[in-house]
Amino acid sequence: MKTQISRTARLSILPALAFSGLLAVSAQQALAQEVGDHQYTSEAVETGSQVYTQQCALCHGPQGALVDGINLSIGQFRTVQSDADLRQVISEGAGQGRMPAFSLRAEELRGVIAFIRAGFDPEGVAVIIGDPVRGKELFEGEGQCADCHRVRGVGPRTAPDLSNIGAIRTPASLQRNITDPATALLPINRPVRLVTRFEETIVGRRLNEDTYTVQLIDSTERLRSLKKVDLISYEISDEPSKQPTTMSSDEVADVIGYLLTLRGLE
Amino acid sequence: MRLSKQIGTIGLVFFLGLAASNVAAQVPYERILNSQDEPENWLTYNGGYKSQRYSQLDQITPENVTDLKLQWTLQNQVFGAWQSNPIVVDGIMYITERPNTVMAVDAITGRFFWKYRHIPAENALICCGANNRGVAVLDDKVFMGTLDARLIALDRITGSALWDVEVGDVDLAYSVTMAPLVVKDQVIVGVGGGEFGIRGYVAAYDAETGEEAWKTYTIPGPGEPNHDSWEGDDWEHGGAPVWITGSFDPELNLTYWGVGNPGPDWNAGQRPGDNLYSDSVIALDADTGELKWYFQFTPNDAYDYDSVQVPVLADIVWRGTPRKIMMWANRNGYFYVIDRVTGEFLEGKPYVKVNWSSGLDENGRPIPTPQPEGMPTYPGNQGGTNWYPPSFSPRTGLFYFSAWQDYATIYRAEESDYEPGRAFLGGGFSVLAPAPGAPTIGIGRTNPINNWTNEVGFASLKAMDPQTGEEVWSYDQFDVSDSGMLTTASDLLFTGGREGYFHAIDARNGDLLWNVNLGGQIVMAPVTFSVGGVQYVSVISGHALSTFALPH
Ligand code: HEC
Ligand code: HEC
Repeated sequence: MKTQISRTARLSILPALAFSGLLAVSAQQALAQEVGDHQYTSEAVETGSQVYTQQCALCHGPQGALVDGINLSIGQFRTVQSDADLRQVISEGAGQGRMPAFSLRAEELRGVIAFIRAGFDPEGVAVIIGDPVRGKELFEGEGQCADCHRVRGVGPRTAPDLSNIGAIRTPASLQRNITDPATALLPINRPVRLVTRFEETIVGRRLNEDTYTVQLIDSTERLRSLKKVDLISYEISDEPSKQPTTMSSDEVADVIGYLLTLRGLE
Repeated sequence: MRLSKQIGTIGLVFFLGLAASNVAAQVPYERILNSQDEPENWLTYNGGYKSQRYSQLDQITPENVTDLKLQWTLQNQVFGAWQSNPIVVDGIMYITERPNTVMAVDAITGRFFWKYRHIPAENALICCGANNRGVAVLDDKVFMGTLDARLIALDRITGSALWDVEVGDVDLAYSVTMAPLVVKDQVIVGVGGGEFGIRGYVAAYDAETGEEAWKTYTIPGPGEPNHDSWEGDDWEHGGAPVWITGSFDPELNLTYWGVGNPGPDWNAGQRPGDNLYSDSVIALDADTGELKWYFQFTPNDAYDYDSVQVPVLADIVWRGTPRKIMMWANRNGYFYVIDRVTGEFLEGKPYVKVNWSSGLDENGRPIPTPQPEGMPTYPGNQGGTNWYPPSFSPRTGLFYFSAWQDYATIYRAEESDYEPGRAFLGGGFSVLAPAPGAPTIGIGRTNPINNWTNEVGFASLKAMDPQTGEEVWSYDQFDVSDSGMLTTASDLLFTGGREGYFHAIDARNGDLLWNVNLGGQIVMAPVTFSVGGVQYVSVISGHALSTFALPH
């Protein structure tokens, strides 16, 4: 009863990109070197850790959660979204002075933001987060994200719906998805192609799987559940359906800023 | 058909007369000793002292297994993994639910006779869920160990408590999650708490009174042999818990127990030495608890490779010589055959990918190959297998168990101080995943959607030949499995898995014969019994215990 399950090098659920595998690889390599620009350096995180302990921990607590409604370590704020907002709050204060204004040196300011963005982990990855308004424009325009992704009821469904993505993924993982999708590809998201014994070919993305069945969304946006005994072939791709973005680091930071605002229904 | 209710003097007199003449059937030690001769009952946790989980019943066969019909379902009233093993005595099933409730139900209909609830002390500390794996019976009593480290005896007929004694200090995080083992007139249990720096032991209690008969530490104290496998005061809080029911050989008068991990779990450097008898099997005299021999699977363990697997015993002709052997698929990834008279290592081979060790020497001692920091270790923290009971079929001569294939973790060791009653872990671990931040396998399954996929590990039911130490066949599942095994005299193998399928497999060749989706994780072995000439099979999936039989 065992179905032959094979892993293929590349298999796209989006026909237009089906044969762009080779292109993707070289573009990826070029981008990999650039990833540094999307992130704060580990020295910055280190500096920020010290600044935080000396200047901020008194009120915000060692875990960043002591001020009501704010948890700095998991990026839960009242008003802040982008790194620019953070810069402003720290330099100008907030809440009629309950949050004092700090005149930090440039590297201290950058550092404490990096520390917050690294999730209070001195060894964490601190991703630069830009302006969500610009990010939304890029998402829908130049970045072409909306060509494949659905957000709040608008857009195609074959790629994952991103309406809630800001609540379930870290900035680092969002960044990898944009700049180096191959390293970010979650196993369940791998494109699949199945041929049934009724000679139907189904291309899609898995939603769930067990020993005897697989549930997926196919290229026509239908939910399908198939028994593996009914399959003649079942291919799972190692390659993502898309290429690394061609946007600049600043633009990527803006898109991440936007994705982080997507937290389901408010 | 309608029955009329007759409440009156005649009925009452009749009732009292019956009670006086029929003292309920007893379960003396002799019945437990010869439990293989009464396969209609399931009298001990592991289905007999050899712990083979093999039943002589053969009404359900490979040919008719597809006709199995659901007879009844018992819904659990509490949440969390249900790891309990039913005991069946003369048509009555005794089953526990979280945290420490015993239920007596009719094994044919699933209707209740009684329910006994023990509320564990609030400060009880359990690393991995408020588990209880079931009861033991003897004579007219039922015995349960509790999360707050007590042992309770109940009247088997009325469900009321007869005695309740302390097994361990709850403030120091001792607990009992295993089903007790009854031998002669004693009730034997071990203690959990390996993540909290306990000093483990096995202890026996008089079944009549609850008085402690003996207590044997799994970490030798000063002056005892092998105390020097520890340095300084490490032995005082070195873990080595015993949280799975052992086995018994009446001819040798030896009980066998699997011992858990040393503490702190992941920082082996903090406790130099072999750390005996952590990660070992120990053979204890059944009357005195005296240690007769030991065999250590993983010296100075850094990977949480508890050896709390069930010791499975068989008397077979092994490579030409009749031998009393013990089979052991260990959490550390090796399958062992051991002489259970002497503890001599006979054979040992890896059954999954193993990279923490490059092999075993002629005495069965692993050759360590620790992985560089940040690199994956195979098998991962939950092990190549774990506590879930295997089965041995004397008919096929094969040993069956659930293995976790392609599963690895990255360990992190940290210095940690022992504080009484606090977690004592010495670091942590993360499961190796194909992409950073990808979902991975958890300790149990709470999500009906498998979004981690088989790429982080999957279950492989393995049939091992003790003659060679090699796998004869295997049956893979997409998710991992913590299901135990049941084999029968008709060469059926029943098992489950985290996906909620209940499978009947041909024990001879691994062919799937029948399965049904019960919807919730199966994290214990099925059991079989018969009442009125009808064979039943019971299995717990999620929060429901389901019982199947052929149409009758
Ligand atoms: C004297 C106490 C105090 C100190 C010191 C302090 N904060 Fe605050 N902070 C607050 C309070 C109170 C608020 C909430 C202001 C309000 O009512 O909106 C706040 C708000 C914030 C916010 C805005 C959250 C949002 O979404 O509006 C950030 C970011 C922040 N603090 C960061 C810092 C950093 C970084 C430091 C150290 C450089 C720091 N704080 C030091 C008290 C303090
Ligand atoms: C060609 C279609 C396409 C385009 C264009 C595209 N994506 Fe995707 N994206 C996918 C698909 C399909 C997946 C699922 C994984 C895979 O197959 O690569 C995915 C996965 C993701 C994920 C991960 C979802 C999860 O569950 O973790 C994120 C985040 C994401 N994309 C963001 C973006 C952003 C932001 C853009 C624009 C910069 C973008 N994508 C452009 C098709 C696309």
